[in-house]
Amino acid sequence: MEKSFVTFKDVSFRYQEEQPWIFNGLNISVNRNEWVAIIGHNGSGKSTIAKLMNGLLFPQEGTISVDQMELQDETIWDIRKKIGMVFQNPDNQFVGTTVMDDVAFGLENHGIPREEMKRRIKASLNAVGMIDYIHHEPHRLSGGQKQRIAIASVLAIAPEMIILDEATAMLDPIGRKEIMKTVHQLREQRDVSIVTITHDLNEVTYADRVIVMNKGEVWYEGTPREVFAKQRQLDEIGLGVPLVTQFAHELKRYGMELEPEPINQKELVDALWKYHSTM
Amino acid sequence: MEISFDNVSYIYQPGTPFEHRALHQLTFTIPSQSFVAVIGHTGSGKSTLIQHLNGLLTPTSGVARIGPYVLQAGEKNKDLKSLREQVGVVFQYPEHQLFEETIKKDIAFGPANFEVRQEEIERRIYAAIDAVGIQSDMLERSPFDLSGGQMRRVAIAGVLAMEPRVLVLDEPTAGLDPKGQQEIMDMFYNLHQEKQLTTVLVTHSMEDALAYADYIIVMDQGELYKEGTPLEIFLQPQALNKVGLEVPEIISLSSTLEKEYGITIDYKKQTLEELAEMVAHQLKGRATHE
Repeated sequence: MEKSFVTFKDVSFRYQEEQPWIFNGLNISVNRNEWVAIIGHNGSGKSTIAKLMNGLLFPQEGTISVDQMELQDETIWDIRKKIGMVFQNPDNQFVGTTVMDDVAFGLENHGIPREEMKRRIKASLNAVGMIDYIHHEPHRLSGGQKQRIAIASVLAIAPEMIILDEATAMLDPIGRKEIMKTVHQLREQRDVSIVTITHDLNEVTYADRVIVMNKGEVWYEGTPREVFAKQRQLDEIGLGVPLVTQFAHELKRYGMELEPEPINQKELVDALWKYHSTM
Repeated sequence: MEISFDNVSYIYQPGTPFEHRALHQLTFTIPSQSFVAVIGHTGSGKSTLIQHLNGLLTPTSGVARIGPYVLQAGEKNKDLKSLREQVGVVFQYPEHQLFEETIKKDIAFGPANFEVRQEEIERRIYAAIDAVGIQSDMLERSPFDLSGGQMRRVAIAGVLAMEPRVLVLDEPTAGLDPKGQQEIMDMFYNLHQEKQLTTVLVTHSMEDALAYADYIIVMDQGELYKEGTPLEIFLQPQALNKVGLEVPEIISLSSTLEKEYGITIDYKKQTLEELAEMVAHQLKGRATHE
């Protein structure tokens, strides 16, 4: 019955005692093999959630459990093996002089035997399509390539969940697409939960479920389509909807109701054909 | 202030095994008071280019002119300090450079270094926070107690307090939420017009380049790949794809609609509302003819 992989139960957190609460009784969960996008304005608490999930921060009240283990000092290392994180700045997360060394670093820290290490390095670089770069210097790669190496380093630990904390914010549009494609392919190969924390609305459309945070509270939870149907309310809390969805909203003014409401260009084209053929 | 590059090349660590050619024979002119976007794939030389604009780098060969200032190889520029007073650079994630105890001191740091008089500094602080939308009752607080978005605004206020004639912006909205992005870009655009600044924006956002720039420079592997007005640049999707760039989404949406439905859009910076009107009109018109 237990399907939830990460569960926040009545979590309250603040950075310092005199400061206001970031969350006060937050309840959220991420299921096994689910892709959840967390969106919200700056300061809404998105990144704090990521840091609480793998024990970089601890809540003052409430419990966080991962894979049915409560997150505590004693369980933190077991839990960190289950959750890999990729951060915003690709340049801040490299330690090795070659791509191979870099992926090896995390494995060494986990005490993985040498032969197994070699196997995992290859497998994880293959998974992100970067095996040809195994002997390259990380700092010479493009931003998108660097983030794929960062994902490979995380994959090598064989985590059950990967958190991408604004991992595409510093990338150009093509680099962003590379990362989304990589995550997609990964999910086809193996079971893994994904949490993306992002401002990029097109990235949100890939998720199974979206959690919209506003001022430390869950403002709304639903599929991307359900979330983007609330265009006006999202505007009010400083968020937006994809251009294609805005376009579909505009078409309504001319009596053109598209079903289902499109969230990407392909869906728009399909919905317009359907509309046109019934006109 | 007019900016012109004449055959500018820049090589990092020349004569060593790490030698890396970042700019190659770059020639262009940015007229005074224009708003220019510099776009290009990661590693195309954008950041190296803008570091020439306030003399952080000097060309390995060629000449860079920023208004009356001339930067060229082998010549030490005595006016560097004055150049830096005129050219304000908002670097990527400028909030990482905040360091003072209070917001007020942080904003005052730049002008104080250039020996601006105290009363004048006071005036500039208030003008700068007004422009970026920081309340004056926050001035005595530590910049480190602010949210990321507010820290960004304080850092930008520090650059504005220099009252530069040229504003160089390196990815100024990265990491901000959609509303914050729009507010910051609108703020820069208003300043650009009001103070008649020359503005150079380095961006990954093709949307911003289309919305704000009157001219675009496309960089590829350290060379000038293309230059032109936003429409000239963005109506050539294949040429952009070749160097790892894409057109703004509104343009790709227009061309998808043109291709799939044989609609004529002829994109000329129409808004999304106007686009919807054109599409609805043409599709419906067609239905009544059939």
